[in-house]
Amino acid sequence: MLKGHQSWIFENRPSILSTGTVGGPFEAKGKIPEAFDILHEDMWLNQDSWEKAQQKMLEEAIQTTLKKGRIEKESVEFLIAGDLINQMTPTSFAASTSSIPFLGAFSACATSMESLALAASIINAKGANYILCAASSHNAATEKQFRYPTEYGGQKPPTSQWTVTGAGCALVAQNGTGPAITSATIGKVADMGMTDPFNMGGAMAIAAADTIEAHFRDMQIDPSYYDLIITGDLGHIGREVSLDLLHDRNIPIDAEKYVDCGIAIYREDQPVLAGGSGAACSAIVTYGHFLQEVIKGNLKRILVAATGSLHSTLSVQQKDPIPCIAHAVSIEARSEHI
Amino acid sequence: MGDKKKQKLQPNQQRYQAFQQKREIKRPIFKNCIKAFLIGGLICFIGQLISTFYIYQFNFTEKTVGNPTVATLIFLTMLLTGFGVYDRIAQFAGAGSAVPVTGFGNAVISSAIEYRSEGFILGVGSNMLKLAGPVIVYGVFSAFIVAIIKTILTQWGGF
Repeated sequence: MLKGHQSWIFENRPSILSTGTVGGPFEAKGKIPEAFDILHEDMWLNQDSWEKAQQKMLEEAIQTTLKKGRIEKESVEFLIAGDLINQMTPTSFAASTSSIPFLGAFSACATSMESLALAASIINAKGANYILCAASSHNAATEKQFRYPTEYGGQKPPTSQWTVTGAGCALVAQNGTGPAITSATIGKVADMGMTDPFNMGGAMAIAAADTIEAHFRDMQIDPSYYDLIITGDLGHIGREVSLDLLHDRNIPIDAEKYVDCGIAIYREDQPVLAGGSGAACSAIVTYGHFLQEVIKGNLKRILVAATGSLHSTLSVQQKDPIPCIAHAVSIEARSEHI
Repeated sequence: MGDKKKQKLQPNQQRYQAFQQKREIKRPIFKNCIKAFLIGGLICFIGQLISTFYIYQFNFTEKTVGNPTVATLIFLTMLLTGFGVYDRIAQFAGAGSAVPVTGFGNAVISSAIEYRSEGFILGVGSNMLKLAGPVIVYGVFSAFIVAIIKTILTQWGGF
């Protein structure tokens, strides 16, 4: 049901039945290795290209999710997924091998929450019983497409971020014992004329702030409603900018309750500069870490605002600004857990 | 950002950029210069050692030793790039490892490795000079311009 300008309330409370997360070797050394169901030692995953490795990780995430949810592949009506690689081929190939009716979704690094919001919306309207939603990224495949060859020695500025290698998947169902998806806010594309592709966090911060503000306005609640407000991959700079923007707009968010997946995933001593990023970043940290905290009862209500920058290498070279987006989904513990 | 570019921005965009810039971590330019000076100098020192070695051990002169020295440095770069070490050195050294011939070698070699998955012709062949290509194009072009200026000055300038 539409609420306010750009938000949905899911009165049937679709639940997240199970999740699957896959990561690479760099993520295994990070801050939250327990968030991953599968961790790979090799970036290649025995494939002959980075893109195929990414496809493989997505397939594994889907299989793990189905296995943990004890659901047969045939019972799943739709798969909603996306990634960052040209025309989303890793996702399309993974969808081809899984042979589940497929909807491609692209919001760059906000794909995780776009797909979760769409899945919840379809489930809430009884358009399906089970929907899988997923996002994936691969550090080397993304670097190759958006930046420089993996082994190229270019010095990165302190504002740049490290693309997460991995995939995250969630199974959304009509009913179940998992955490409930209660509402979602779809963001507008924000363009602040930022042109530096090595400062994604600074560019995306405005989108996160806009969507979080719109969520509170539409839902007529204030930040104290949530135990934690989680952003996708703003990194250190983007987190600070968005938090200060929200404070300027009189939205009093407690700094300790405002966390970022890109900061949560890696240790401080890993050479990630401003933090993690990539489509898999928010998917893995949300599904593998924060959602598990909700299941354990440590958190009751969380708002996840995944952020994405919608530029291409072509648009950057043509000196176009970087358009950014954020989508927010609210996840709450089942009432029996509270 | 130049003033011309800034004028095109809406007032709210300008305000946001100023707001964002205050919180942006700046490149530590002075520290980077020191690091680049030291590592760049070290690479040149190694190059000098190789040159001296070739001059004293083989029959090279100061004029002819350039080519084998560059070849040796590029060979070492190839090993370091292939083993995934050069990009780590570069994150520390910045311009210090980018400006010497090793940086040029790394740009070619890393591209060749990266695009191997697209095959030898459309992958390695057409992407190998993706990063180094502009250096060659503008290197040759500026050499041409400088040569013309020199010719004009020496032929008609009476120097």
